[in-house]
Amino acid sequence: MTATDLPMPAPGGLDLVPTTDETQKAKDYTSDQEVRWCPGCGDYAVLASVRGFLPELNLKRENIVFVSGIGCSSRFPYYLDTYGMHSIHGRAPTIATGLAVTRPDLSVWVVTGDGDALSIGGNHLIHALRRNMNITILLFNNRIYGLTKGQYSPTSEVGKVTKSTPMGSVDAPFNPVSLALGAEATFVGRALDSDRKGLTEVLRQAAAHRGASLVEIFQDCPIFNDGSFDVLRKGDDVAERLLELVDGEPIRFGNDGEYGVVRSATGGLEVARIADVGEDAVVVRRAGEEDPTQSFALSRLSDQDLTHTVTGIFRKVDRATYDDGARAQVEAAKEQATARGDDLAALLRGKDTWAVMPEPENEQ
Amino acid sequence: MSTDTAVGPAGREVRQTHRVVIRFAGDSGDGMQLTGDRFTSEAAAFGNDLATLPNFPAEIRAPAGTLPGVSSFQLHFADYDILTPGDRPDVLVAMNPAALKANIEDLPHGGMLIVNTDEFTKRNLAKVGYEANPLEDDSLEPYTVHQVAMATLTRGALEPTGMSKKDAERAKNMFALGLLSWMYHRGTDATEQFLREKFAKKPDLAEANILAFRAGWNYGETTESFAVTYEVAPARLAEGTYRQITGNLALAYGVVAAGQQSGLPLFLGTYPITPASDVLHELSKHKGFGVTTFQAEDEIAGIGAALGASFGGALGVTSTSGPGVALKSETIGLAVALELPLLILDVQRGGPSTGLPTKTEQADLLQAMYGRNGEAPVPIIAPQSPSDCFEAALEASRIALAYRTPVFVLSDGSIANGSEPWRVPDVDDLPDLSVTFATEPNAPDGSGEFWPYLRDADTLARPWAIPGTAGLEHRIGGLEKADGRGTISYDPDNHDRMVRLRQAKIDGIPVPDITVDDPHGDAEVLVIGWGSSYGPIGAACRRVRAAGMSVAQAHLRHLNPMPANLGDVLRSYRRVVVPEMNLGQLAMLLRARFLVDAHSYTKVAGLPFQAEELAGVLTDAVKGDLPA
Repeated sequence: MTATDLPMPAPGGLDLVPTTDETQKAKDYTSDQEVRWCPGCGDYAVLASVRGFLPELNLKRENIVFVSGIGCSSRFPYYLDTYGMHSIHGRAPTIATGLAVTRPDLSVWVVTGDGDALSIGGNHLIHALRRNMNITILLFNNRIYGLTKGQYSPTSEVGKVTKSTPMGSVDAPFNPVSLALGAEATFVGRALDSDRKGLTEVLRQAAAHRGASLVEIFQDCPIFNDGSFDVLRKGDDVAERLLELVDGEPIRFGNDGEYGVVRSATGGLEVARIADVGEDAVVVRRAGEEDPTQSFALSRLSDQDLTHTVTGIFRKVDRATYDDGARAQVEAAKEQATARGDDLAALLRGKDTWAVMPEPENEQ
Repeated sequence: MSTDTAVGPAGREVRQTHRVVIRFAGDSGDGMQLTGDRFTSEAAAFGNDLATLPNFPAEIRAPAGTLPGVSSFQLHFADYDILTPGDRPDVLVAMNPAALKANIEDLPHGGMLIVNTDEFTKRNLAKVGYEANPLEDDSLEPYTVHQVAMATLTRGALEPTGMSKKDAERAKNMFALGLLSWMYHRGTDATEQFLREKFAKKPDLAEANILAFRAGWNYGETTESFAVTYEVAPARLAEGTYRQITGNLALAYGVVAAGQQSGLPLFLGTYPITPASDVLHELSKHKGFGVTTFQAEDEIAGIGAALGASFGGALGVTSTSGPGVALKSETIGLAVALELPLLILDVQRGGPSTGLPTKTEQADLLQAMYGRNGEAPVPIIAPQSPSDCFEAALEASRIALAYRTPVFVLSDGSIANGSEPWRVPDVDDLPDLSVTFATEPNAPDGSGEFWPYLRDADTLARPWAIPGTAGLEHRIGGLEKADGRGTISYDPDNHDRMVRLRQAKIDGIPVPDITVDDPHGDAEVLVIGWGSSYGPIGAACRRVRAAGMSVAQAHLRHLNPMPANLGDVLRSYRRVVVPEMNLGQLAMLLRARFLVDAHSYTKVAGLPFQAEELAGVLTDAVKGDLPA
């Protein structure tokens, strides 16, 4: 078994997808299906952002495909006038994989939720990220099971009281960004459903990234987990909780930029008052660093209690993609086959054949 | 087994014989599969008809010299068309005491036994529970025994190479092959050429194996112990060009051909599993034919990716065995709902659960037929022999593409690994599988919309509109769809209609009538089987007829939908016998569907039926004594 060099990826995630000169509008991406999420659901805001953002890409609408699994968020494809598939629970990344490998001319999106992607579909998610499939995964995280009416999810906080955990849940949650980074993701971003500007910027960069992009979207379920992200939306201390990453800039936040992220004694990162540690101690953000250490530490700046919540781009690095590599092998083999003059008849015949002659006619 | 006798060179007797069954048996590490394969190639190149039965443990290297570690390869070759690898060997080659103990009961009295005496040490005998050395007592008296110190002789032949004793002894399987090749008048050139190619990167090993092979050949020629040699003339098969092929290879070639004949990219999404992995291995070599192979993280991802590829306009294929089908079931159901083409190649093995990975069984029929939630009909095709896997893959592709449906191919371990001669088809005669993608809106109301579930009146298939087609953007999924428009629908009447439409689509697939082989036309007993049991059933029928009785044989290739004339055929015989390597799955289907008193004869021993046992069952049936 020998390792061979894989081709470097084409520079952009959408470079092989045909574009259009026609001006598109959000309305062009709106299907005739009535949207049936609950009133107040965060999914509406995300849908509006995506419909508003897609025209920017100038792609031919017919070359965009949204694939989803099962759950509230997985109804998403029905509401977009692109090609779409509402598949089965947890398996959307597998379907997107077959599509991305065989159709380089498509922009392939996966819409999934915390249950779909991190419970039943956890295996497929990590492998899609590891392989660096050229797909963009939107992970709607509302920390609850909505469609099955209110059980706790793999991102619910410990002690969550739900229909299935009346005495509180006892399992520790996943941190989706940490998980994605551990699964060798080349692009990881996070945004809040209601932050249209921030979400659109993350989507823009995710779509442009060649390889697997994971975007975690904090999204509110008003029925079963109402207000779960409210501390990030309103109140006096929002600015002390939310850190928006800006590449190349020192990581500062707070109403007056009075907080900064600095190295901790244990080798990670922690939040400090700049007045206490000095400007020079503040870490400068590097999204394109090959070493994921800074990104990982940022994903764990506080527990998932939202004390400090980082949004923006956690990681953006170039690495060969599975689909480009697989297609390159097929193309190389086709060229060799053509040069050799291989054909089906020769394949079927193989190397060792023998002939059976017709029976000789009896001589009189 | 002999018919004519002549005296050959050096005064040796040469017997002409019509057919021979040879079984090579040894330790898993002894290279018995390679030896058998090579002898098979010699028989094929000579023009014999042949059938093989490899039989090996699931462990890669079970403890050496033990009964669980025994690996064997049985080859049946003949000067006429044969149907099975043979029930019992005429010649047994036993490389150690374990191989002897595991196989000697199958050797008929009077059969030839060739034993490698070097392995019959006290320790090896004790390992398998021999209290006395069977080579030294009278327990082998009923057989014609040839005791050959194969390891010692091989070591001696390889002495000039300077190889270590241990390494030299490893070539003893080639010594055995040389001896048998001499005994059956096989040439040496092809095998020597094969060894040079196989060990091209290690010329020393190639030479060592060739030396051992020649030593075996010369041993037969120069010692006096073998008084008789045998000749089996080429078989009088139908005119054409032949090659030897295994079921898994034929399945892979059928899939490549389906890609070529449809003009579609071919995408295999799969996960390694015994005994289907060779389909992946083979297809991964044929990227030059536009074949993409994807080794997924699990069975579910394999079929998911295949279905995704089909959505994009490729021919999606997944290969697996029974445990994998269980994992794929939900996605197969999705494919039924999406109505997209998909091939599911199930190479069956012994179950339930992990079961017997390397042994054969036909117990996935009901899983393929009904193993999904809801009413989810899927066409099923079963190849009847190794080479037939090629045609089965093409036929399954034809149905999948024309009717936009997942289709099962039910192969099994015995035909997957077994081999036989295959008359290489003329590529010009292969079916045209080209498809037409939808390109225009189709709404009957003139709205200019595209309705993804508006069916073809003839086939009931829905249009296949692939992403990238402007104006046909649409969404499909596992939720019930409105008939025609394809939007989500929870309407009770619509669901009832859609369930019936999906069923009607599959039921309406035209499949050829089943043919009955009833040479005298007066049989009262019909024996009907499916899949790999074709050979043993056919061989059993020949025996029954040779004994002067009449029996009719029919074999099902299309298990869903079944041939339209099947009910009439079943009802036209007084007694119906259904042999199966399960506990009566086809018999149950036949009884349920046609209300016929089909009698099941079943066996689930991990090995194919033997012609002799089935002949007994059929003889009893002819006499009115049906299996319980």
